[in-house]
Amino acid sequence: MPPRSHTAYWAWFTVILILLIVAPLVLPEFWRRFVTEILIWGLLAMSSDILIGYTGMVSFGHSAFFGLGMYGAAAALLTVKPANLWLALLAGLVAAGVVGAFVAFFATRLREIYFSITTLVFSQIFYVIIFTWTEVTGGENGLTFSQPAFRIPGLVDFRFTPASLHWFVLAVVVLSYLLLRRITQSPFGMVLQSIKENEPRTRAIGYHVERYKIVAVMLSGLFAGLAGVLYALQNKFAAPDFVFFVVSGEVVIFNVMGGMGTLVGPIAGAAFFLVLREVVSRYLIEYYLIPVGIIFTAMVIFLPQGLLGFLKRRLNT
Amino acid sequence: MEQIIIQTVNGLVNGMILALVASGLTLIFGIMDVVNFAHGDLVMLGAFVGATTVATTGSFWIALVVAVLTIAIFGALLQVTTLRPLLGRDPLTTILATFGMSLVLQKYAIWQWGPTARAIREPISGQFTLFYLQYPWYRLGAALFAGLIIGALYLFLRRATFGVWIRASMQDRLMAQAMGIPVPLVHAVVFAIGAGMAASSGVLFGPLAGVTHNMGFDFTLRAFIVVVVGGMGNLGGSILAAIFISLLEAYASLIVTPAQAVIVSFVVLILTLLFRPTGLFVPTPK
Repeated sequence: MPPRSHTAYWAWFTVILILLIVAPLVLPEFWRRFVTEILIWGLLAMSSDILIGYTGMVSFGHSAFFGLGMYGAAAALLTVKPANLWLALLAGLVAAGVVGAFVAFFATRLREIYFSITTLVFSQIFYVIIFTWTEVTGGENGLTFSQPAFRIPGLVDFRFTPASLHWFVLAVVVLSYLLLRRITQSPFGMVLQSIKENEPRTRAIGYHVERYKIVAVMLSGLFAGLAGVLYALQNKFAAPDFVFFVVSGEVVIFNVMGGMGTLVGPIAGAAFFLVLREVVSRYLIEYYLIPVGIIFTAMVIFLPQGLLGFLKRRLNT
Repeated sequence: MEQIIIQTVNGLVNGMILALVASGLTLIFGIMDVVNFAHGDLVMLGAFVGATTVATTGSFWIALVVAVLTIAIFGALLQVTTLRPLLGRDPLTTILATFGMSLVLQKYAIWQWGPTARAIREPISGQFTLFYLQYPWYRLGAALFAGLIIGALYLFLRRATFGVWIRASMQDRLMAQAMGIPVPLVHAVVFAIGAGMAASSGVLFGPLAGVTHNMGFDFTLRAFIVVVVGGMGNLGGSILAAIFISLLEAYASLIVTPAQAVIVSFVVLILTLLFRPTGLFVPTPK
């Protein structure tokens, strides 16, 4: 790639980053929260892009990882006193990682739709367990807790305001993005992409395809869990609704709308979907999914590469 | 012991209705590689159309016919507008497209019929004594009727010219086209048949548990499990798998709550995929 597009990429990156840093200072309360939420859903969508866009496996079970991240964080915040942000983060990641390893072990043996159905079924299993195991998970009501303070011993110690929470989320999401970008460009990421392009050939070259897939699913699950932790921190609860299949479906929608295999695309897709939902639901209340669903189906047929798909080559330089 | 027999009857009844849903799904998959994520929502739409017709005409049988015809035509339209453009693309795109449809249909149902559950009155009201229970005849009738519809489908596929066309397009789409079979029409009709069968099971199921806008997802998931366990695109396998899974769930609900009993069928699915991915009820592929 010529260095010019490289410079352009980082210039755009800086501009958007600055805009996102400034956002909470200029936006009104509602939209401030909204942007934070977009970032969190964007991280979830990005984690799923590792599978959909780079490895060619459509996961319909990302709600399980997201939800386990939420419940993991909730467990750490409720059991350990005083509540510790980093411990919550760790617990959420461990919970999502364990579930990710479990699902990865079974689901990666299957291809295409069988993979999709298996991930969907796994997420429903976790949903049923969480929904019915009331003593531990709070059942239908979920768990509520108070937000932990941001504390680095000897350095800083403050309670989150909406703005500082936004910056915290932004930092996590941007770091995750850079990390995921690095991973997709690494030799490992190249193998994932070659699995998407031609699995038998990748195998014939001598790569152990299953192992790569297992790692991809676990990685994806970890970042989805991270998004779950952030969402739990922002909303101060963990609820079974977020383990339900609808969340997984929305994640797939984000990817398709934004452009699979671009990492930024899914974030844009999340933003597009959430804004669309916000605008349409002002007129149609809960029926927003009728026009949004039609737009989504039309995009699958007419715009399969999504909103940012045309930037795919530039974004992956 | 008595409970086991009662649950066996329950499992068989649910299994036959599920088999009706699943055979439509497997037919659609077998012929055009479409994984229809909106199949359960067609069940739901059929049930709602049926409930509305029962409320206006008072006759269950008219409602059944009206629902089947409406949803069949609707299914054909859906196939022509959204699935035909996707023919030949990655099968995963059809999951996405039908998933989009499913969202639209569910919300449309709330919009049109509201969030409250509807009931369909049973056309046969008698009951017989099964140990300590008064067991409604209707349940057995529904199972029998579902079996009749599946049998009719089987005969149609075996004997009718159009059935031969369907089986020909299932085996080799290109060759069938070359022999002069109107494959696009066959696809639309197959989708219509699948949708009609889904609608009929919706109407048959209505009196058992009521009609709600979100009953579709449950049906989709179960039908998927059945179709995979029975072997994708395999009609006989699907029917056996539907009964097998419903029986297992019925027995499991003796021990745990019905909500948890669902996990049994999930586990069956995962085990099947791991050890016999071609399906439980098909001969071992050479």
